[in-house]
Amino acid sequence: MKDLIQEDRGRVLMRRRIDFALNLLFLAATSVGVLVLVVLIVDIVMDGLNNLTPELFNNYPSRKAAQAGMKSAIVGTIYMLLIMAPISFVFGVGAAIYLEEYASKNRFTRFIQLNISTLAGVPSIVYGILGLTLFVRLMALERSLIAGALTMTLLVLPIIIVASQEAIKAVPRSRRDASFALGANKWQTVSRAVMPSALPGILTGVILAMSRAIGETAPLVMIGALTYIAFLPDSLKSSFTVMPIQIFNWISRPQEEFHMLAAAGIIVLLAMLLLMNFSAILLRNKFQNKL
Amino acid sequence: MPDQAIPSVDAKHPPAKPKMQFKNKRKSLMNWIMPVLLFLCAATSILTTIGIVYTLLSETLSFFAKVPFIDFITQTRWNPLMGEKTYGIWPLLSGTLLITVIACLVAVPIGLAAAIYLSEYAPKRVRKIVKPILEVLAGVPTIVYGYFALTLVTPTLQSLIPGLPIFNALSAGIVVGIMTIPMVSSLSEDAMSAVPRSLRDGAYALGATRFEVALKIVLPAAFSGVVAAAVLAFSRAIGETMIVTVAAGATPKLTANPMESIQTMTAYIVQVSLGDTPHGSIEYGSIFAVGMTLFVITMLLNITAQWLAKRFREEY
Repeated sequence: MKDLIQEDRGRVLMRRRIDFALNLLFLAATSVGVLVLVVLIVDIVMDGLNNLTPELFNNYPSRKAAQAGMKSAIVGTIYMLLIMAPISFVFGVGAAIYLEEYASKNRFTRFIQLNISTLAGVPSIVYGILGLTLFVRLMALERSLIAGALTMTLLVLPIIIVASQEAIKAVPRSRRDASFALGANKWQTVSRAVMPSALPGILTGVILAMSRAIGETAPLVMIGALTYIAFLPDSLKSSFTVMPIQIFNWISRPQEEFHMLAAAGIIVLLAMLLLMNFSAILLRNKFQNKL
Repeated sequence: MPDQAIPSVDAKHPPAKPKMQFKNKRKSLMNWIMPVLLFLCAATSILTTIGIVYTLLSETLSFFAKVPFIDFITQTRWNPLMGEKTYGIWPLLSGTLLITVIACLVAVPIGLAAAIYLSEYAPKRVRKIVKPILEVLAGVPTIVYGYFALTLVTPTLQSLIPGLPIFNALSAGIVVGIMTIPMVSSLSEDAMSAVPRSLRDGAYALGATRFEVALKIVLPAAFSGVVAAAVLAFSRAIGETMIVTVAAGATPKLTANPMESIQTMTAYIVQVSLGDTPHGSIEYGSIFAVGMTLFVITMLLNITAQWLAKRFREEY
C-alpha cells in the first residue's frame, strides 16, 4: 500500500515536471516571434541610420549611392495611396453592406462569400498578372500610376470587405430595430443607424488594408512600376515608382552601399506603416470604449 | 359622450398631407437604388475572379499552342530565356516545394507551440502584449524580410555552414517560415479558443496537468482547425514572392538540396517581368503558364483549408 502511494507520488511529480518543462518550451517558441522582430528592427536601424539623411528624401534615384534618394518613390507611394483609398473604400464597404444588410441567405450569396475568402488567399503576384493584362494592356493604361492603383485596389478589396463585414456584424440588432420602429426605411436605417456605429471598425480595417498595400512589391513589379524615375508623377497616366520597389532595386544591387541605402529606405517605410497601424489601433480602442 | 370621442372625418376635406413628401420620395428612390449599387460593388469580387481565370487561361492556352503541354509537365529542365529553350515546370515546382517545406518546418512547430502557450498557458497580461507583437510581425512587408534574409540570415548561416552560396534555398525558406509564424499561431489559437471550456474543466477535474489538457483534450478537438492553419501557411509560402526573389537565387534546378541556389515559380515571374519581354513572345506566355500553375495549387490548398476549418466548426 505504501509502495503504491509512493509510486503514485513519483508519477505525479514526473507529470508536473513534464508540464513545467513544456511550459518553458512553449514560452520559448512564443518568444521566437518577439525576438525576431527585435533583431530585425535593430539590424535594420543599425544598417540604415547613417543613411537617413535629408538627401534620402530630397534626391531622385541615382547610380551613385552617395547621391541616391527616394523622393519619387515616397511621393509615388503617397499618390497611389490617395488614389486607391477612396476607390477601395467605396467598393469594399459597398460590398460589405450588401452582403450583411441586403443579401438574402441563398446559394448565390454563399458563393460570393466563398469567392471573397478565396480571393483573399490568391498570391499577390497573380493580381500583378491580372493588372498587367487587364489595366496595362487591355485598357491601355500603360505602366501608369492609375494602373498600379487599380491593381492594388483589387488586391486589398477582399481584406476591406471582410473587415467591414465584421464591423457591421458587431452593430447590435437593437439599433436597427429602433430605427425601423421610428418609421425609417431600409436605406435610412443602414445609412443613419448602422453605418455611424460601424464606421470606426470599418476605418480600422481600411487603414490596415492600406498599410498592407504600401508594403506590397510583387504586383507592382509585374505592372512595371519603374525604379529609375527622376521626376514626380504629374498625372494619373504618368509612370511612377513606390518605396518597396525602390528598396527592392537597391537590395538587388551587389554593392554594400546600396544595401545600406535600402536599410534607410526600409526605416522610412516601416515608420510610415507604424504610423498607420498606430492610428488604426487608436481608432479601434475608441470604438471598443463606445460599445 | 361617445360621439365626441371619435373625431369626425370629413370626406370632402381630407387632412393635409405631410409637407416632407418630396424628401420622402427621394428617400424611397435611394431605398430602391442603393441595393442595386451595393450589389454591383459585391459583384466586383466575382468579376475579379473571372478576370483572373480568364487572363490566365487565355494566355496559358496560347502558350500551350507553342509549347506542348506534355513537355511542360514531363520535361525536367526549365531554360526559357537563352540558348536551347526548354519548358519543363519541374525545376520551378521543386524549388517552390523546397522553400515551402523548409518554411513549414520552421513555422508549424513554432507557430503551434506559440498558439498552445497563448491559448493554454499564458497569463492574460502576457497575451495582451504578445499578440499585438505577432500582429506587427505579420504586417512587416515581405521586401523587408527579403533584406533580412539576404543581409543577416545568409551571412549567419554562411558562418555556420562553410561553402554556402549567397543565394540559397535554406535562408529564404527559414525567413519565409518566420514570416508565416504569426499566421499559424493566430489561426491555431483561434481554433483552440473555440474548444468548449467544459472539456478542459472535465480533464482538470480528473487531475490532468495543463500539458495533458493541451495535448490530449484541446489539440485533438481543435485538430482540423490546426491542420487548416498549416495548410494555409503552406499556401502562403508557395505564393511568397519577394523573399525568394531576393534571397533564393535565379537558377531553376531540380534539386532537394537546401544549400543550393534555386528558383521558385514566383521568382521566375518577377525575373521575366523585370526584363523587357515583348508581348506575345513565348517568354511572355510562360509567366502565365507558371502563374496558372501557382494559382491552381494555392486555390486547391485554400479550399482544402476552408473545408477543414468548416468541418471543425460544425462539431460543436
